[in-house]
Amino acid sequence: MLTILLLAVPLATGLVAATQSWRRWVGWLCTASLGTVLILGIVLATRVVHGRAVSAFSGILRADALSAFMVIVIGAIGLLATAQSVRYLDAEISSGRGTARHATLYAVLVQGFITTMLLAVLAGNVGVMWVAVEATTIITTFLVGHRKTRGALEASWKYVIICSVGIALAFLGTVLVYLAAQHVGHGAHVSLQWTSLMSVSHHLDPGVMRLALGLLVLGYGTKVGLAPMHSWLPDAHSQAPAPVSALMSGVLLTVAFYALLRFKAICDGALGTAFPRALFVTVGLLSLIIAASLLLSQHDYKRMLAYHSVEHMGLIALGTAAGTPLAIAAVLLHILGHGLAKAVLFLASGEILLVEGSTEIDQVRALLARRPALGGIFAFGLVALLGLPPFSLFVSELNMLRAEVTVGLGWAAAISLICMAVIFGAVMSHGRHMLFGARADGEPVMRTASTVTVPLIGGLVGCAALGVLAWPLDSLLRAAAMVVVR
Amino acid sequence: MNNATYSSLLELAAGLVILCAFVTLWRRSLSAIVRALCVQGVALGLVALVLGLHRRDVVLITVGCLVIAAKGAVIPTLLRRVLANDSLNRETSPLVNVPASLVGAGALTFLAYGATRSVVALVPTSAGRLIPLGLATLLIGFFSMVIRRKAASQIVGLLLVDNGIALVAFLATAGVPLLVELGASLDVLLVVVVLRVLAVQLWSKFAVLDLDQLQELHD
Repeated sequence: MLTILLLAVPLATGLVAATQSWRRWVGWLCTASLGTVLILGIVLATRVVHGRAVSAFSGILRADALSAFMVIVIGAIGLLATAQSVRYLDAEISSGRGTARHATLYAVLVQGFITTMLLAVLAGNVGVMWVAVEATTIITTFLVGHRKTRGALEASWKYVIICSVGIALAFLGTVLVYLAAQHVGHGAHVSLQWTSLMSVSHHLDPGVMRLALGLLVLGYGTKVGLAPMHSWLPDAHSQAPAPVSALMSGVLLTVAFYALLRFKAICDGALGTAFPRALFVTVGLLSLIIAASLLLSQHDYKRMLAYHSVEHMGLIALGTAAGTPLAIAAVLLHILGHGLAKAVLFLASGEILLVEGSTEIDQVRALLARRPALGGIFAFGLVALLGLPPFSLFVSELNMLRAEVTVGLGWAAAISLICMAVIFGAVMSHGRHMLFGARADGEPVMRTASTVTVPLIGGLVGCAALGVLAWPLDSLLRAAAMVVVR
Repeated sequence: MNNATYSSLLELAAGLVILCAFVTLWRRSLSAIVRALCVQGVALGLVALVLGLHRRDVVLITVGCLVIAAKGAVIPTLLRRVLANDSLNRETSPLVNVPASLVGAGALTFLAYGATRSVVALVPTSAGRLIPLGLATLLIGFFSMVIRRKAASQIVGLLLVDNGIALVAFLATAGVPLLVELGASLDVLLVVVVLRVLAVQLWSKFAVLDLDQLQELHD
């Protein structure tokens, strides 16, 4: 019941937005819809935290602790992004770049985007999960191209071509998993149900599963933005409207990663942990190295944030490779912490673009002196993203590294630390350029609207609270990790 | 239908799928390529039909009919509309010339046979033996996306990839569950629509036809 309600809320909001001409209250209704999703996600979490799962439609929808956690991630970051969307749409309309029809389309698409992401994490059937992830690609294409500039259209073209091919490979991987499941013997009827695959995972044919996992990592990995399939990511994330970038970078990547977490659990049963671990270490390290080398020479701050996502997806892949309960709990905490920090930064960068008129790092200077509130949020966001305390990314990165060392991946942890150090230096130098400096003579200190600052500060405080107090999420994280660790 | 007819019909239909993949590399004119894709879609539907008739599986027969309608009629029509906008209806400058690309496709077919050994071993039926052809079609699709520069050619490559995967799915598992199959087909249809919209916008607003012209975004 709860799962159906979760999908119905954004769907119904989207329908309401479609029938109304654009008003500001429609925007706030969309925000309220995400607030409801977050609350329902927390209620769901309290129901499933002790290991039970709830299901609907004869198992097509199924929520366990891992799904509930992902619903909370989607709700929290969606809430930030939709709150900021009102401001984005107001600015587009008042500057004449967009019309009320554009705004309506945008609101409907965002609610559709949220619905498909929720369906992906609530699907009990890996086939339905695939359909939902593919549907996110189709919907977000229009959101990436929403501004209809040449760059935006180019980015959406690359996005849809590369991600469609990737997701097609994931489909082939799913077909092969189904094939292996049909041949487990015992005359047992095996479906694409996630629970059914988990229960027979030890009997799946290893040869076929090896090929399947390779295809799944390539396929879903494309949507996660793991190197070498990441090339669409900086384009799409830098061209999309800021709230959409926040949603794509903060949640969509990790929703695709959620699919990989599920499949890795099945493959660990069929193949043992060695092969999946090698695969995840390879893509993880490759992502880190590519992100580090491309961040050094970045001159566009939205692309800088996009490459930063590639880095964090690499870290998550490494943590998943370690695969202990501690590592997976840290991976999940990292998913939430990175989502919050990245969403705050993308939303702040949207505001910077709005008031400064450029995405070039060179064109933005002395933000802290000229716009203290906005500059401060951007600065604290960077601090959070670079993994400094008190933010939760510090805790999760530390725990992932510890887990990697305990399972004998110390060398990979060392390489990832070197990459993180390089990225730290690069981002600090870009950030220093944008943030520090003195005001020009007679230039006033400019205020930033409280509708912008309040949600963003809220996001940062949330991220810091998660780092200091493990309490509200601790049992949920452990329960969710046990879903995909045996 | 007896076993001999069944397996020869299946081989014929699957063979036609891979043959059409080669034709898309051989021909330069985009309208001829779309015709080849149309034939390929029908052949793919026939694979599902033959399998469905053999197993007396009504769902699979329905899926076969839907595939023929979608890939034999709807998608080619959508693609022809893109070409109607495209004054230069020829792939003028592929990165690899035709004979070399045909040789490359042949090599990819061998690779497909090598890569699917474990899968074929698991399904020792007359359908299972044909699985490598599906993977070969997929690889040829990739190959043509890499070597062709026209926006429309990339859509063609994507459809080849998708048809190859559908062929593997039919031959290996007699089709994934209907719900998933329908979702997958609908998604492909929507992707083609989306790409069509984007191609039309790129052409009408910025006169972009070749992907080499998409150079705005880079590091």
